[in-house]
Amino acid sequence: MGEAILEEVVRSYRGRPEKLIAALLALQRHYGYLPEPALRTLAQELGVPLSKVYGVATFYAQFRLKPRGRHTVCVCLGTACHVRGSEQIFHALKRELGVEPGDTTADGRFTLEVVSCVGACSMAPVVVVDEETHGRLDPEKALALLKKY
Amino acid sequence: MRSFMDRCCSRCTHSPQTPCKDYVLCRRDGPFCHDDPECRRLRQKWLNSHFPPVGSNRRRLLVCGGLTCGAAGSFSLPEIFQEAIKKAGLEEQVTVTLVGCLGLCEEGPLALVMPEGILYCRLKPEDVPAVVEEHLKGGKPVERLLFRDEAGKVYPLLSEIPFYRKQQRVVLERCGYINPEDIAEYIAAGGYRALTSVLFSLSPEEVIEEIKKSGLRGRGGAGFPTGKKWEAARRVPSSKRYVICNADEGDPGAFMDRALLEGDPHAVIEGMIICGYAIGSDEGYVYVRAEYPLAVKRLRIAIEQAYAAGLLGENILGSGFTFHLHINEGAGAFVCGESTALMASIEGNRGIPRIKVPRSTEKGLFGKPTVLNNVETFANVPLIILRGSQWFANIGTKGSKGTKIFALSGKVKHTGLVEVPMGTTLKELIFDIGGGIKGGKRFKALQIGGPSGGCIPEDMLDLPIDYESLTGAGAMMGSGSVVVMDEDNCMVNTARFFLSFTERESCGKCTPCREGTKQMLNILERITRGEGSPSDLSLLEFLGQVVKATSFCGLGTSAPNPVLTTLRFFRSEYLQHVMEKRCAAGECVALRRFVILVDKCIGCGACAYVCPVKAIKGEKKKPHHIDEKVCVKCGRCFEICRFQAVKRL
Repeated sequence: MGEAILEEVVRSYRGRPEKLIAALLALQRHYGYLPEPALRTLAQELGVPLSKVYGVATFYAQFRLKPRGRHTVCVCLGTACHVRGSEQIFHALKRELGVEPGDTTADGRFTLEVVSCVGACSMAPVVVVDEETHGRLDPEKALALLKKY
Repeated sequence: MRSFMDRCCSRCTHSPQTPCKDYVLCRRDGPFCHDDPECRRLRQKWLNSHFPPVGSNRRRLLVCGGLTCGAAGSFSLPEIFQEAIKKAGLEEQVTVTLVGCLGLCEEGPLALVMPEGILYCRLKPEDVPAVVEEHLKGGKPVERLLFRDEAGKVYPLLSEIPFYRKQQRVVLERCGYINPEDIAEYIAAGGYRALTSVLFSLSPEEVIEEIKKSGLRGRGGAGFPTGKKWEAARRVPSSKRYVICNADEGDPGAFMDRALLEGDPHAVIEGMIICGYAIGSDEGYVYVRAEYPLAVKRLRIAIEQAYAAGLLGENILGSGFTFHLHINEGAGAFVCGESTALMASIEGNRGIPRIKVPRSTEKGLFGKPTVLNNVETFANVPLIILRGSQWFANIGTKGSKGTKIFALSGKVKHTGLVEVPMGTTLKELIFDIGGGIKGGKRFKALQIGGPSGGCIPEDMLDLPIDYESLTGAGAMMGSGSVVVMDEDNCMVNTARFFLSFTERESCGKCTPCREGTKQMLNILERITRGEGSPSDLSLLEFLGQVVKATSFCGLGTSAPNPVLTTLRFFRSEYLQHVMEKRCAAGECVALRRFVILVDKCIGCGACAYVCPVKAIKGEKKKPHHIDEKVCVKCGRCFEICRFQAVKRL
């Protein structure tokens, strides 16, 4: 299954170094992260040095080199969320999950992440779990959210 | 003919392969190539059902599908409405459509009944039967669901709500009023007419001249004259040129571009095609944030539909002009809002800016002349062509023409999407449109322009919104984010917040930005921890000036703005932090302490319940106390206590 997507990406972008980011996005959408063997294959087929693939994969905030948990809890730390108390929510979630941003809980259930702004400023403060945006939160509501997943 | 875009009868010959130049105009006013009352009737019927005229027995219910309304539950409403409408036997009279952002996000989920223009606020699924029975069937709006101001006055009509009254929605005119996933509605509302007129009645030079005369300046923040940019790219001899739309809306607090792309994507596409024609380009890219999946989806649908209609692709409308458009998803890097970094990213590289000689208009994407404009800039273009540069130039101030869209958020009563003519004062924006500060608190500052902008104090709120006035105040128009802060927000902590953002987002290419922002952040962290000294203030100022003067790109040169403006306008707060080790707003965690007042505490236990570290102990119905060794000073006890028994020191 995993190999199929790699083949498809390679087929669409072979020899086109400018498509590196699109290829990485496609791979990550499938795997949930960027596995090292896939990056090695990609580097070869696109004709890009592995060092550059690594450079790009670590430059952009969206890319992850580690597998993610079943759910991603993403705390918005944008300005509007900040002035309405997102830092308290972030600390509460961090404490509850016991992980740093980018890391996954030991049971593989949640990955904690932060984002600079999701553009849902009117309903600040905001936490996005997987694809669902939850607004007007406080620390208790944010912790209660976790139970839903 | 099911849709407006279908042919009326077999006599219509338009397809992307056999284009007809009258295609767009024909949809609404046609048919032109033959005369058949039945064909005309079919078009009129579709128009009347989608845009019911005032006085007709038809109605259209527009449910806001903007992100805020959606997260509050609006996405499920159209289906529930449809069912209730069917049950009430109103299927023939009422259509329901999910639209883009209607603007008044604070009151969402919103729904607008057309043609009357009656707005429903905070709609829940259980309110649907009442709206259908009492209003759509009975003709009487449901008063309890209408907008109500603090004095209890009810405003049934959207146009009379103070939030909308002072706005001038021209770029946002269709946003929230058409189905963004149906090109037919865009065309019915006058879309692609500007493109048609450009292709068949204006030369590329005349288009550029018209844009120049309008005085349109870039809406991404820097305010470079759009016509001049187009002219520069056209002048460079080349067989290939590119058009890029910058939809990498990375400023935290900004959601204007997202709303436009989600609510009226064709306006942006039309603007880009016109630009392509003007500069002699046949290929464009929309560089859009991956954090905006809905915008990407709507844009993708819009581009597909434009291709299917023959408005993108080879030989558009038979004019001989060809234009292809691609979506390029970003991968999360604020610096990619900088034009050369953005181009590097499209080329598959790390988003690192390059020196701007030669300019992008000479050597841009893949080394070819390139015009890069922001989403809102492109959305202005069809309007200027259609209504004329003179009409556009009559709006706004001497140096800043037209309108500007702002994303209003923070501690203001009516958060949402706002469009005002240039020259509107900040006071009007915050107090007349935004309704002032939430919860009876006192206004402290307004942050405009995101991490590149600055914080503006109360006594400068009479400042008109235009490029020069804001820059003069040390702030910046920026892309249009406005975050309002009240007395509970600490300005030192705000400066620290922005610096931590720019420090994180600095690409690392140049030393002043990479190291300068890091050092400034260190100092600000020291101050907010209560470890700062008075000399830190002048050091911060000095460092800020150096970073501003010597950084490589716009990210670095504007990064010190939030620090420098807060130092200039809110110096006393800095002094309080370094001299008294006190944060009056109570935001700086290390500088605060919480105690429970024994005489006020009734022992309800609410604070002990919310305390995340179980630092509060006490018997039920007896005064509690905080164990300061365990307390993490998060302040939840202070916020939750209804008896003012928790005191912040």
